[in-house]
Amino acid sequence: MAIISRGFSGRRSAAEAKLPPGQYLTTDFPVLSAGPTPHISLDKWEFTIDDRSKVLKRWNWKSFRELPTEKITVDLHCVTRWSKLDTFWEGVSLDTLLADITTDADFAFVHSYGDYTTNLPLDDLLNRKAWIAFRFDEEDLAPEHGGPARLLVPHLYLWKSAKWVRRITLTHEDQPGFWESLGYHIYGDPWREQRYSGDE
Amino acid sequence: MWRVATVVGLHDETATARTITLTLPNWPGHVAGQHVDARLTAPDGYSAVRSYSIASASNSKNQIEITVERLPNGEVSPYLTQELAVGDQLELRGPIGRWFVWSTEQREPIQLIAGGSGIVPLMAMIRSRVATPTRGNPPFRLLYSVRAPEAIFYRDDLQAIPSEDSSVVVNYAYTRTAPKDWPRLPGRIDKDLILSATWASSVAATFYICGPTGFVESVADLLGTAGNRRENIRTERFGPTGERK
Repeated sequence: MAIISRGFSGRRSAAEAKLPPGQYLTTDFPVLSAGPTPHISLDKWEFTIDDRSKVLKRWNWKSFRELPTEKITVDLHCVTRWSKLDTFWEGVSLDTLLADITTDADFAFVHSYGDYTTNLPLDDLLNRKAWIAFRFDEEDLAPEHGGPARLLVPHLYLWKSAKWVRRITLTHEDQPGFWESLGYHIYGDPWREQRYSGDE
Repeated sequence: MWRVATVVGLHDETATARTITLTLPNWPGHVAGQHVDARLTAPDGYSAVRSYSIASASNSKNQIEITVERLPNGEVSPYLTQELAVGDQLELRGPIGRWFVWSTEQREPIQLIAGGSGIVPLMAMIRSRVATPTRGNPPFRLLYSVRAPEAIFYRDDLQAIPSEDSSVVVNYAYTRTAPKDWPRLPGRIDKDLILSATWASSVAATFYICGPTGFVESVADLLGTAGNRRENIRTERFGPTGERK
């Protein structure tokens, strides 16, 4: 039974109806990070995919940027309850990055510069659901938003879209990442409101 | 799990910020730095949820304080800072968060750096530290950046911190208006202030920085330049980047 706040009406808009439960609309782009923003120079940047025992694929910035890119417009949902609609990105699809890899792994463990980690099922990276994004709103991605490049998995809460991504490890077990080890949900579907561990 | 909280006290910290004291049955206790989600429901069933840091010391006495800054065009904060009255009820979930927290078991020196209303979770850490004055507890330093003297939260509590044992040393940085005779011109935290008012990198303190995004980005970069290891720096940011409108 909800407690009614007399005198509270809130603000509703047509856009609000598109939001997952418990979210509110923002037109800003808030920044949430657990520590300082790493600044990675492009000549040192690399991105690899491994299976714990060996590196399967490796790109430097130049070879990464020679891959075909996609322009995508997606909605973002942060577990801290803001949502931002129709954000415009350019990135390389994980389908492209994983295309030559044969694996029986079921999960992906994502590492960032600055030691952030997150985890998700490998299926959530496939079939045009995830990108390594390097441009936002027609501009190079700013460091505080994850530049030079971040994972973008917009169908999950935004903490899964690891900023400053540097490595994806394909695994057989779902190993909890940074926030997943600190009380946040192992999967994080905003439409099922899977915010915290223990949520259905 | 949502708990029904009852407002038992209201206190204005500044012209735009209000501390709300709430009682909650069966509150499990919290760790300093954690937050709660607060849910308001309108008479027609529409509800809105926002997160607020807990300002009070860690305890399980079925009572917490949150401090809410009124945001221009906010959906929830104007209600909480202007309409809410003692005796009203609202729903809370929490405590939440296990990263930006200070536990009384930590032994290393602590450096807190607050920008504006970013003081709230850091105040919970200070209050928890002051409430457990056992020998061997680590020394705290707070560097609190505020626009002007009248923007300081928790003024009385900060002044009442016992100074004789240097358990918590407080420094202020005024960005626009400083008190008369203040030794530093108004301005943002810079390299010199980091060197004079925060622990040297050799101390290997743990840093907690909380404030608006631009503030946290700037201070975290300065701390890195001063030689502090990034794994000792914990941050909590709020608000937009300030670069895009």
